Amino acid sequence: MHGAALAALLSHWRRHPLQLAMLLAGLALATALWTGVQAINAEARASYDRAAALLGQDSLVQLVPERGQTLPEGVFADLRRAGWRVSPVLEGRLEAGGQRLRIIGIEPLTAPPAAQPLPIGTTGIEGFLAPEGLGFAPPATIAALGDAAPLPLNSAPDLAERTIIADIGAAQRLLGQEGRISRLVLWPGGEGGRPLSEIAPGVIAQQPQPGGEVARLTDSFHLNLTAFGFLSFAVGLFIVHAAIGLAFEQRRPTLRTLRALGLPARTLATVLLAELLVLALLAGAGGVALGYGGAAALLPDVAATLRGLYGAEVAGALSLRPGWAAAGLAMAMLGALAAAGTSLWRSARMPILAPARPRAWAMASDGTARAQAALGLVLLLAAFGLALWGQGLVAGFALLAALLLGAALVLPLGLSLVLAGLARAAGGPLAQWFWADARQQVPGLSLALMALMLALSANVGVGTMVGSFRAAFTIWLDQRLASEIYVTARSEAEAEDLRAFLAPRVDAVLPIWSVPARIAGERADIYGVIDHATYRLSWPMLEGLPGVWDRLDAGEGGLISEQMARRAALRPGDTLRLPGGWEGLVLGVYADYGNPDGQVVIANDLLLALYPDVPRLRHALRVPPERIGPVMAELAGEFGLPEGAMIDQTAVKRFSLEVFERTFAVTAALNVLTLGVAGLALLASLVTLSGLRLAQVAPVWAMGVTRARLAWMELARAVMLAALTAVLALPAGLALAWVLLAVVNVEAFGWRLPMLFFPWEWARLLALALVAAALAAALPARALARRPPAEMVKLFAQER
Amino acid sequence: MRAWIVTLAALASLASGPASAQGFAGLGLEVEGFAVPAPDPDFDFPADHGAHPEYRVEWWYVTATLEDAEGNAYGIQWTLFRSAMRPETGPGWGDPQLWMGHAALSTATAHYHDERLARGGVGQAGVRTSPFRAWIDEWSMISHAEAGADALSALHLSAAGPGFAYALDLTAEGPLVFHGEGGFSVKAPGGYASYYYSQPFYRVSGAITLEGREIAVTGQGWLDREWSSQPLAPTQDGWDWFSIVFDGGDRLMAFRLRDREGPDFTAATWIGPDGATEALPDGALRLTPLEEADVAGRPVPVRWRLQLPARGLDIETTPLNPQSWMPTLFPYWEGAIAVTGSHAGRGYLEMTGYE
Repeated sequence: MHGAALAALLSHWRRHPLQLAMLLAGLALATALWTGVQAINAEARASYDRAAALLGQDSLVQLVPERGQTLPEGVFADLRRAGWRVSPVLEGRLEAGGQRLRIIGIEPLTAPPAAQPLPIGTTGIEGFLAPEGLGFAPPATIAALGDAAPLPLNSAPDLAERTIIADIGAAQRLLGQEGRISRLVLWPGGEGGRPLSEIAPGVIAQQPQPGGEVARLTDSFHLNLTAFGFLSFAVGLFIVHAAIGLAFEQRRPTLRTLRALGLPARTLATVLLAELLVLALLAGAGGVALGYGGAAALLPDVAATLRGLYGAEVAGALSLRPGWAAAGLAMAMLGALAAAGTSLWRSARMPILAPARPRAWAMASDGTARAQAALGLVLLLAAFGLALWGQGLVAGFALLAALLLGAALVLPLGLSLVLAGLARAAGGPLAQWFWADARQQVPGLSLALMALMLALSANVGVGTMVGSFRAAFTIWLDQRLASEIYVTARSEAEAEDLRAFLAPRVDAVLPIWSVPARIAGERADIYGVIDHATYRLSWPMLEGLPGVWDRLDAGEGGLISEQMARRAALRPGDTLRLPGGWEGLVLGVYADYGNPDGQVVIANDLLLALYPDVPRLRHALRVPPERIGPVMAELAGEFGLPEGAMIDQTAVKRFSLEVFERTFAVTAALNVLTLGVAGLALLASLVTLSGLRLAQVAPVWAMGVTRARLAWMELARAVMLAALTAVLALPAGLALAWVLLAVVNVEAFGWRLPMLFFPWEWARLLALALVAAALAAALPARALARRPPAEMVKLFAQER
Repeated sequence: MRAWIVTLAALASLASGPASAQGFAGLGLEVEGFAVPAPDPDFDFPADHGAHPEYRVEWWYVTATLEDAEGNAYGIQWTLFRSAMRPETGPGWGDPQLWMGHAALSTATAHYHDERLARGGVGQAGVRTSPFRAWIDEWSMISHAEAGADALSALHLSAAGPGFAYALDLTAEGPLVFHGEGGFSVKAPGGYASYYYSQPFYRVSGAITLEGREIAVTGQGWLDREWSSQPLAPTQDGWDWFSIVFDGGDRLMAFRLRDREGPDFTAATWIGPDGATEALPDGALRLTPLEEADVAGRPVPVRWRLQLPARGLDIETTPLNPQSWMPTLFPYWEGAIAVTGSHAGRGYLEMTGYE
C-alpha cells in the first residue's frame, strides 16, 4: 500500500523533472552556502584552538611583558627561584624559503603538560636540545621548505601550517633574540609566595583565553560570515518553498484519487513526509558536498584575510569535520520541513471530495497579505528600536535580521499599492488588464519577489558598506602614509648612520619608533612623533582638543586610535595612563583602520624619556616625488639594505589595498551567490505560475491578443515587477548599509565609517535584477508563445 | 653509590616514558669524550664540592632522620642530580648540563615528594662553590660555614612540594669521609667506578611543614657527593643501598649491586665516631630480604637483615613507612629505616631496579 502510494506520488517528479531539479537545486544551494560558511568558520576556529592549546594559552595563565615584545630570560630563573612554576616561551616570525614561518621556542623540561605540544618521544630529549637544534613542523611546511629549512625538522602533523616548534635556545638563535623570551606559561597553582610585582616588575599575569587572543579578535569576522551564510540559506528556502508548494498543488488530483481509493489520510501524510525527507537528504548531501567544495575554494582567501587583518594563522586546507556536515544535513531537513510545512499540513487535512483547485495555492487571501504586512511593520519598528537602544554585536545582527525580514514582509502590500495606483492611471483595456493581472500575480510571486528583494538589499547594503569603507580606507591611507619612503635599519648603529646620511638628502627624517604595551588590558603600541607639518596637515584626526598638536608636542598627553577609544571608553580630555605610571590627557582620537590592536601616539621626546630602550630603527622620509627613486638607489648603494627594509609609499598602499580587497572577496562572493539564488527562486515561481495562469491568459487570447504579444506582456510584467522590487529594495539596502557601517562595524572592529552613496552601483544592480527577471520569465513566456491553440481552447471546455 | 641510573635514565625518558635501566639511547656504556674516574683521587676543596661538567653524572644527596617533640619520626630527602649531554658547559640554553631535583618527606603514614627539572646556563639550577650554594628552583642547599671550615660543614637546606615543605639547618660534627680507596669507589669487578665521599655527621634542627602545619624537628643527617661517567655494568639491574647512624656513634654505608648473571657486588664503609674509615671489600657484606611489601603495584623488599661478620654486625632494618616510593620519572624506593639487633640506630635505605 505504502509502496503503491509512494510510486504514484513519485511519478509526479518523473513528469516534472524541471520542478524536481529546482527543488533539489534550491535546497542543495541553500545547504551549500550555509555549510560552506560553517566549514570555513569551523576550520578557522579549529586553527585558533590548536594554536592556543599548543602553548596552553586556552587553559593556563601567561605572564607577559607589560610593555615591549619580550622579556629578558633572567626573569625565568628569578621567578623559578622564587617558587613560581613557570616555563618560558619565545615566539617570532622568520622568513625562510619564501615562507613566513612562525617560530615557537619552548623549554621542554619545565613546560606544563598542557603546554607540551611535542611528540619528542621518537627522537628523545637529546636530539631536541642538541646544538644544531631540532624543529617540529607539519609535513606540508617541511615539504614546502625543502632545503631552505632553518634547522633540521621532524614531522608533527597536528601543528598549524608554517609553524615550527623548537627548543627555546634554538628559537632564540633563529630569531636573533638571544637572551629574550616572549612570555612565561604558569603551571596551574604555580604561583610562588612572593608577589609577581616584587620579583619581576614589568611582568603581568594574563588570564587564559579560550582560542587565545586571536579567537576573540576574529569573533566578529566569523559572526559576519555566519550572518551571510544564514541569509543565503533563508533565500534558498524560498526556492524550496515555491517548488514544493507547486508540487503539492499539482498533485492534488492524485492525492484525492489516492484518498478515494482508500488510502488513510495518516498514511498519505506519512508517505508525503517520507518523500520530502528523502529528497531533503539527497539535496542536503549534495549541498554539503557543494559547500565543502566552495569552502575549500574560498578558504585561501579567508586565510589570507585573517592573516592580514588579525595575524591569525589558519590552515590553508579544509578538513571534513563531521560537525558541520551533520549540521548541514540537519539544516537541509529542517529547511525542507519549514518550507513544506503548510503544504503538508493542508494535504493531510484535505477532505476526500474537496475539488482540486490549484489556483487556491497562488491566491493568498487579502487577510494573509495584511497580516504579513502588519508583522513586517512590527519588525521594522523593532529594528528601529534596536538601532536606537541596541547594544553589542548580537543586537546589531538582530537589527539587520529585523530590518531585512520586515522590509521583505511589507513588500507584497507595497507592490499591490503601487500596482493599484498604476492600474488607475492606465489607459486602454489591455493596459488595465496588464496592471490588474500583475497585481493579481503578486501573491503567487510574493515569496520569490521577497527573495529577490532580500538579495538586492543585501547587495546594496554590503556594496555601500564596502564602497564606503574602501573610500575611507584609501583617504586614510593617503593621510597615514604621507611620507614617501619607509626605511628600517638593522641596528641602532646603522640607524644613526642612516639618519646622518639622509639628513642632507631629504626634506625630513621622521622617526617611527614604538613600543608594544598593554594598556587597559588590551594590546596596544605606543608611537612617538616629532613636531612636523606631515602630521599637522594630514593626520586622520576624528576629534581632538583645541591646539592638539602643540599640546602633544609639549608632552601634555597623547592621541589614541579610534578602536582604543571605544574599547577603553576614552574621550579627548580623559586621563591616559601608560605602562610605567605616566599619566597625561587624551588629546585626540584618530582613525586607524584595519588594526586589531590599539595605538597611542605621544611626543617622540616623551617616548624616549619614558622608554629609553625603544628600538630606534624605523624611519619615514619626506622627499619630493622626483627624488624617491634616486634616494632609494643611494640608500641601497650606501647601506646595502635587504629587501623589505626599504619600501616606497606606493608599495605600502598597494599591499594595504590588496589586504582590503581580499578581506571583502568572500563577502562579494556570497553576495553574488545570494543574487543567483534569488533569480532561481523567481524562475521557479514563474514556471509554477505559467501553468496555472493559463486560465487567466486564455480568455485574453480568445479576445484576439496573439500568443506572441501575450508572451511579451508576460515577460514585461516579470521585468516590471523585478524593477519595482529593486526600487523598493533600495531604501532597505541603504538602511542595511547604515546598520553595517554605524552599528556592526563599530561593534566588530571598533571604527565608524562615513556612509557614501554609489548610484552607479545601484543602476548596475537594477540592470542585473531586470536581466535575472527577464531570464526567469523567458522560459515560461516562450512556452506560452508556442502553446498550441488547441490547448488554449481546451481550457474553456475542461472541467477543473 | 646513589641514583646513578636514576639520573641518566630519568633525563632520557622525559618524553618517552620510563626507560629501562640500561636503555638510555646514545649513552649505553660508551664514554664519549667524558672523563673517567681514576684511582688515587686528589680532591681539591671547595672546588670539588662544585660541579664536574666533564663527568657525565653527579649528585648532591642529603637524607635525614628526624623527630619532633612528641617523639614522632620523620625522614627527609633533598637531592640535586646533574647529567651532562656533552662534557662541557656553555652560557644560556646551549649549556648541555641538565639538572634534576628530588625532594621528599615521609612520616609513618604518609610520603610526600616532588621533582624538578632544569637546564644549566640560565640560572634555574646549578652549584656555586664560593660561597657554596646548590639549587634548583626555590629548593636550595646553602653553606653558612665559617671561613676556614669546610663549606659543607654548615648548611641550610630547604625544599617544598605539594603538601610539604622543610627548612633545616645541618651542622657537621665530624669530618668528610671518603669511600673505597680514598674516594675512588669501585662498583663492579670489571672496574666500573665513581668518585664518592660523604658528610655523615650532621646534627639537624629546623622545621618541617605538613599540610600547612609547621613542626619543629631535630635529628641526624647524611650528605653524599658522587660523580662519574660510567653507568652500571650491563648485567647489573639495580641496587640496595644503606646509610646508618648507630646509637654508639659509628656509621655504616653499605650497598649491593644486583647482578642478573653473576654474583652480586657488595661494598661497605665502616665509619668510626671520629671519621676513621674502613672500606670493606666485595663479599664482606651479606644482605637478606626479610619481608616484601606491595609498593606501587610491585613487590619490594622493605625489611632486611644486614650481616657484616668482620665487624660483628647482625642487624634488621624496619622502614618508617614501607610505602616510601618515589614515583618520579625514574621511580625508586627511598625511605628512613630503624635498625635493631647487634647494633641499634637509624638510617636511610634506597632501592632501585624493582620493576
